[in-house]
Amino acid sequence: MAAITGVLARPTSYAGIWGWMTTVDHKRIAVLYGVTAVIFLLIGGVEAGFLRMQLASADNDFMGPARFNQLFTMHATTMIFMVIMPLSVSFFNFVVPLAIGARDVAFPRLNALSYWIFLFGALIMHMSFLVGQVPDAGWFSYANLTEKPFSIDRGLDYWAIGLLVMGAASVAGALNFVVTIINMRAPGMSMMRMPVFVWMTLITSILLVLAFPVITVGLIELTMDRNFGTHFFIPAEGGDPILWQHLFWVFGHPEVYILILPAMGIVSEIFPVFSGKPLFGYPFIVFSGIVIGIMGWAVWSHHMFTVGLGPVANSVFTITTMLIAVPTGVKIFNWIGTLWRGAIEFTTAMMFALGFIALFIIGGLSGISHAISPSDFQQQDTYYIVAHIHYVLFGGSIFGAFAGLYYWYPKLTGKMLDETLGKLNFWLMFIGMNLTFFPMHFLGLNGMPRRIYTYTAEFGWENLNRLASLGYIVLFFAFLVFIYNLWQTRNSRRVSHDPWDALGLEWSIASPPPAYNFAEIPQVEGLDQYWIMKERARAAGTPLTEPEALVDPSSIHMPSPSYWPIFTAVGVALIGGGLLSHYAISFLGGAIAMIGVIGWGNEPAAAPSEHH
Amino acid sequence: MLMWVFLGSDCLFFGALIATYMVYRGQSLVGPYPIDIISVPVTTISTFVLLMSSFAMVQALAATNADNKRGIVGWLLATAFLGAIFIGFQVFEFNSFKNEGLTLGGNLFGASFFTLTGFHGAHVTLGIIWLLAMAIMAAKGRVGPKTALDVELLGLYWHFVDIVWIVIFTLLYLIGGFDAGPLVPPGG
Repeated sequence: MAAITGVLARPTSYAGIWGWMTTVDHKRIAVLYGVTAVIFLLIGGVEAGFLRMQLASADNDFMGPARFNQLFTMHATTMIFMVIMPLSVSFFNFVVPLAIGARDVAFPRLNALSYWIFLFGALIMHMSFLVGQVPDAGWFSYANLTEKPFSIDRGLDYWAIGLLVMGAASVAGALNFVVTIINMRAPGMSMMRMPVFVWMTLITSILLVLAFPVITVGLIELTMDRNFGTHFFIPAEGGDPILWQHLFWVFGHPEVYILILPAMGIVSEIFPVFSGKPLFGYPFIVFSGIVIGIMGWAVWSHHMFTVGLGPVANSVFTITTMLIAVPTGVKIFNWIGTLWRGAIEFTTAMMFALGFIALFIIGGLSGISHAISPSDFQQQDTYYIVAHIHYVLFGGSIFGAFAGLYYWYPKLTGKMLDETLGKLNFWLMFIGMNLTFFPMHFLGLNGMPRRIYTYTAEFGWENLNRLASLGYIVLFFAFLVFIYNLWQTRNSRRVSHDPWDALGLEWSIASPPPAYNFAEIPQVEGLDQYWIMKERARAAGTPLTEPEALVDPSSIHMPSPSYWPIFTAVGVALIGGGLLSHYAISFLGGAIAMIGVIGWGNEPAAAPSEHH
Repeated sequence: MLMWVFLGSDCLFFGALIATYMVYRGQSLVGPYPIDIISVPVTTISTFVLLMSSFAMVQALAATNADNKRGIVGWLLATAFLGAIFIGFQVFEFNSFKNEGLTLGGNLFGASFFTLTGFHGAHVTLGIIWLLAMAIMAAKGRVGPKTALDVELLGLYWHFVDIVWIVIFTLLYLIGGFDAGPLVPPGG
């Protein structure tokens, strides 16, 4: 086994592409996740553009129904699994260790493994475009539409395998964050002194760990139905397509909280800073987050009101769904309480956070209207649902993520995103978002079903659809402004380590943070530790203006880069790829993954210090 | 810690598989039905073997804490050996079931039975590989009280896989093993 370890000598360089491929530094992994997510945001956005182009006028023949099905399936799958989730994980990676006063996550190499498996899973799914057999059954891929007789090409196999591979990455990543948050907090940081974002990361990670196995089983059963002749979801053979719906939504409903809780954590960090007040009702925000995490498991059947589960099931799930709105409302009132009589600074980050509240309330209210099972019968499968999901996921998760990007960018790079461009970015996005999705409420109530590729002019849906397509163009410009804003920071001057006069520990160190984060692990005395430190210094007449001094990095023992995570990830990806092509490739992948694990186990986490 | 959370995750995995089996219990439209093929006595023996392997695992951990190198290697190998016997029984069982006409594609009982027990078998196999790797390391003298946590984690995993089998054995064999034919008419 020593020989295996010897084949891949420990990487010693931090520079260049190899440095990125072998990195185990949580900050660099955060950048990898973030850049990947923005690229997929562009891909998913362009897919949406084609959809809006097709729907802009009645009886349009820009594309046929088959292509339309593929594009809306891939748009939704990409946005949920390859944009919002990795964006959240990017924030987890960058912020959590800094905010809890740690030098890295608990298992740095596992962290790198998660990223590479995620990337390969996403690539597997997108290879379906190259072979021209694209998944086309919607993002929840209801059985038995997904079974062989109805979906003959291999598109859905790419979908299922891609999601299985990405699911493994998500679970590994989430395990890592649970352990990091429980075990790696700086001394003195009790659970109730953790920043809200860290709390939301913990809850999200626990949800991920528990929810993904369920979809994994569903996907395995689907794959077996399609490839190994089983009949789990084929009614003609006694199978039950409703089982797929249950498995999917038992995962799927916790999943929507997985998508929104990180954004709630981000805005909870931003409001106090730009209101000049501590967060109002910290324990209420934390506990309502926990309640959402628990109750999120008891509402899945509200996606299935029209399935015919019976009046009792529908009533129960109506009630639980109405109840889960309560903790969400508690949070919103706490944020408003934080703003109340604060000295509000309208920075771009703050504007995105305020936009989050406004749009999320609209999405939440339309959510309550279909929590009521009788009114859901009217709204099911119409554009009303499409409007709802975009208000909570775009207006909620994406606005929250943009708020976080503008807020933490100076910490990540030491440079500030331009505020004027940022405000232009915000207004274009805010106007474009409402222009695109608000008309969909009316379209839905007027009876326009979702997922139709065209409609005739007599329905009277054309004007509102045109408005929505116009809104898409505005959104696209917002995205271009954002990309330009990122690009132009290469020339901008450096800012101080604490440009926002913020509260959390991450602002007490230099920007960008040194590889070891904290030269000295801080002693935590309360919530908002950096604010406590600044207040004390101010009272003593020596205000804190400098970050923690840099030290010689070789004096701090850090985990070293490693080839094994990416090596093992290649093996895992080949196992999945083999199921799509030739089983021999799966065995090869299994062997590679096995060698990877053995090499990994034989490699100490940190190289002996003479290698530094 | 990581292992505990992972096992929590795995619980949901097996939970969903078992739920699939329970939902489809008695829903098969064609035979063979459980009573035709399930042999409780045979599987009782293999279940006993698996339980004994847990005992060996406990001994391996005790030997690790006592820094008894021969004990560690011996008990780890014993655990792996008993696990392998269990897998042998499963291969034999799968084979004879197949010969009696139970296949993945035949009916829902076959699909859910093979999927559930197959994934359990895969977990056991992974555990055996892990046990053997640990035994090799122990033979090289790299396992002792300082690395007792590694053995403990392996033990946690092994016991978990064992407990899952107890649940499977109870539900699929002791309770479901005597089902004969559809419990409810199709569609009702």
